[in-house]
Amino acid sequence: MKLKLPNPGLDERIPSHAKLEKLEVEEADSRPKWDNKAQYMLTCVGFCIGLGNVWRFPYLCQSHGGGAFIIPFLILLVLEGVPLLFLEFAIGQRLRSGSVGVWRSIHPYLTGVGIASMMVSFLVSLYYNTILSWVIWYLFNSFQSPLPWSQCPLNENRTALVSECARSSSVDYFWYRETLDTSAAIDDSGGLQWWLVLVSLCAWAVLYVCCIRGIESTGKAVYVTSTLPYVVLLIFLIRGLTLKGSVSGIQFLFTPDVKELMNPQTWLDAGAQVFYSFGLAWGGLISFSSYNSVHNNCEQDAVIISIITGCTSLYAAIVIYSIIGFRATEKFDDCLSGNILALLNTFDLAEGSINESNYDVELQRLNGTSPDIIQGLQLRGCDIQTFLSEGVEGTGLAFIVFTEAITKMPISPLWSVLFFIMLFCLGLSSLFGNIEGVVVPLQDLKVLPKTWSKEVYTGLTCLVSFLMALIFSQRSGNYWVALFDTFAGSIPLLTIAFFEMIAVSYIYGIDRFSEDIEFMIGHKPNIFWRASWMVISPLIVLAIFIAYFVSKVTEELTYTAWVPDSENFPNLANLPYPGWIYVIIFILAGVPSLAVPFVALFKYIQNRCGRGH
Amino acid sequence: MFPLLLLLCLPPALAAVDCNTEYKNGYQVRLSIKTALGDQAYDWNESEMFLFRATIAFAMRKFNKTEAYEVSNIVVCNQTPRVSFWFIVTSPEDPAQAISKNIVEQAVRESRNRINNAFLLTDKSLEFLGIPPTLAAPIIPATPPWLIVFGVVIGAVCAGIVALLVTSFVKRRREKKAKVVPEEEDQAKGTDKAVTGETFEDRNGVYNLGFADDDRFTQL
Repeated sequence: MKLKLPNPGLDERIPSHAKLEKLEVEEADSRPKWDNKAQYMLTCVGFCIGLGNVWRFPYLCQSHGGGAFIIPFLILLVLEGVPLLFLEFAIGQRLRSGSVGVWRSIHPYLTGVGIASMMVSFLVSLYYNTILSWVIWYLFNSFQSPLPWSQCPLNENRTALVSECARSSSVDYFWYRETLDTSAAIDDSGGLQWWLVLVSLCAWAVLYVCCIRGIESTGKAVYVTSTLPYVVLLIFLIRGLTLKGSVSGIQFLFTPDVKELMNPQTWLDAGAQVFYSFGLAWGGLISFSSYNSVHNNCEQDAVIISIITGCTSLYAAIVIYSIIGFRATEKFDDCLSGNILALLNTFDLAEGSINESNYDVELQRLNGTSPDIIQGLQLRGCDIQTFLSEGVEGTGLAFIVFTEAITKMPISPLWSVLFFIMLFCLGLSSLFGNIEGVVVPLQDLKVLPKTWSKEVYTGLTCLVSFLMALIFSQRSGNYWVALFDTFAGSIPLLTIAFFEMIAVSYIYGIDRFSEDIEFMIGHKPNIFWRASWMVISPLIVLAIFIAYFVSKVTEELTYTAWVPDSENFPNLANLPYPGWIYVIIFILAGVPSLAVPFVALFKYIQNRCGRGH
Repeated sequence: MFPLLLLLCLPPALAAVDCNTEYKNGYQVRLSIKTALGDQAYDWNESEMFLFRATIAFAMRKFNKTEAYEVSNIVVCNQTPRVSFWFIVTSPEDPAQAISKNIVEQAVRESRNRINNAFLLTDKSLEFLGIPPTLAAPIIPATPPWLIVFGVVIGAVCAGIVALLVTSFVKRRREKKAKVVPEEEDQAKGTDKAVTGETFEDRNGVYNLGFADDDRFTQL
């Protein structure tokens, strides 16, 4: 009835239902197993909930019409996120293998999909762990009072603050100068910075100790890393709501601007956010669900995990914006007090004669009587909306905006430690899935000797990754991380997801897949699931891919840089990428995506040559 | 008669140094009492001004240990509701003579802390326009605190890695020893496992031969 491509030999490559039942009953399967369902759920939730939920979703929400953004987000979550999640869970549970094993079993030509997943997981884990090492750096620096980013250092003569710090702010200075010691352009690599190498080593060592035995060790670690962020978010929520101005932040976040729904960019961003935040196409989820028992209800799991991910994104957004509201109100108050003081000093008026309530009236009056003096003062415009919408996404949110807000709270080191531990746990639990998505395909591909144990594989992966991640410890490291973030995790993932759905729906066969699901959970997937897998989700992924590809190819690629000598300082400068960057971009985005057709072609040629002999 | 009267009048006129004309030797002071103290703020009145003049006289005495400055040597003018005013310091020997700006600045800087404390204010709320506050040096601990935390964490992690690797190795050796005996019995059983055996057993490291010590058994 449905379109199905010919797929000879499929039955030989995959275990039959009878075999699976036998393995299940006899417990003869020597694959690792989850200790209990809670471990599996916590691992998947930890993988799905990452740094992006804390610092990308709130930004998207606020920049695309606040409460209105939730509508496209929820729609695309249901049409794109949940079906893909269910598909990966089901196929992993059925074929009992990691990503390479699963696609190779479906058809040997599809091995490229697994290899692409492995490459993407590897490239992303490189820069993701670097961000984690920055989190560790801030965490280690939080054990002192006052916090090092709360004050500017003095210059050599001890007469004034360091100029770069005085012109920007102490948090900016600590981030760009004392942490990154960032150079002015991506070409200017500078040298390796020993403190960043040390924290990177720490990050990879902690990751290794948690992943050393595969899910045996990560399964224990996730009890802490997946639950701690929720506790800390609750603490921050309570703390945030008691601070002045927090409610204005939450109001700002959820003020719906329904016009944004007409903007296609909103839908694109919502789709991309759902896609990336679910950890789809990395291979980690397939691997994790392959350790489940055959009759585990993966449909229920997919729905539950989607709900948890969606709710956590909203919850984190509320907490983040309550703190941002507090910071914006503080800045507004400072700005206003500064202006009032300037007026009082110039006109020698008594203190308290001008305050927040009559500021505008008084300013008008004074402007009427002596406009030249008012002009000469160059009073800053203080608008709380401007402060609330100051660009707050990504590393800028965590390391600049939030750290500034923390310095204004009493007992700052405590809040700082809590915040960075939360970020660390969020990132670490996502990395477990990444490492799983690299190590298991490596084992499946049999490129290394079979006799090497899992500890050696994981150790080798961590060591090679640490050495390659040293490029991020240079002075230009920040720009490289931004480059990887934009290109390594975007286009290849969309390609892989598209091929996954085509493979399962048309090469494996939707009928066979439905029967498998009936065998596993007791009923066939209903029309909604089948329609999504066959038509709706692939179309959505294709649309996002095309839009993204076109926009990246047509626009001139620029990046933002911290240039102390620029005119707009302390605003970041927009610099164009140098020519050789395009080679790097091709390696990051092109090679994994092209791995799919190339490996297929390679296997085809291999097959033909084999038959010819 | 008249010249005598004139002579008698002149010294007092000369003695009253007008700080309006001598402003090049004076400093402007600005107090922000309400901002600094809030509810505890006191009103600025003649007595407070007297205290101010007394503290400046004290500062001058402390700086210039030979001269005995009096409250009358501190001349104040141009008071505003902001609570800002100008002051000049005159020499005790010659009230017509104003002390130069530099000396006043050095004296104030030396006793800045005492002056601030007399008014329960800080460098920011009791401003001497033109005399920058001495910036406090930031406390730099001998070992950066982050290195200490780093050392602790890395030590714990390395200990963990070593412990896990050693227990893995020991467990595997024990399993290898235990596997030798039941292996001969297993071979008689069905070859069902052989079909799926390769796909499943290869994927995890349980039956790996890496840590096997075959020599021990062949000797038997």
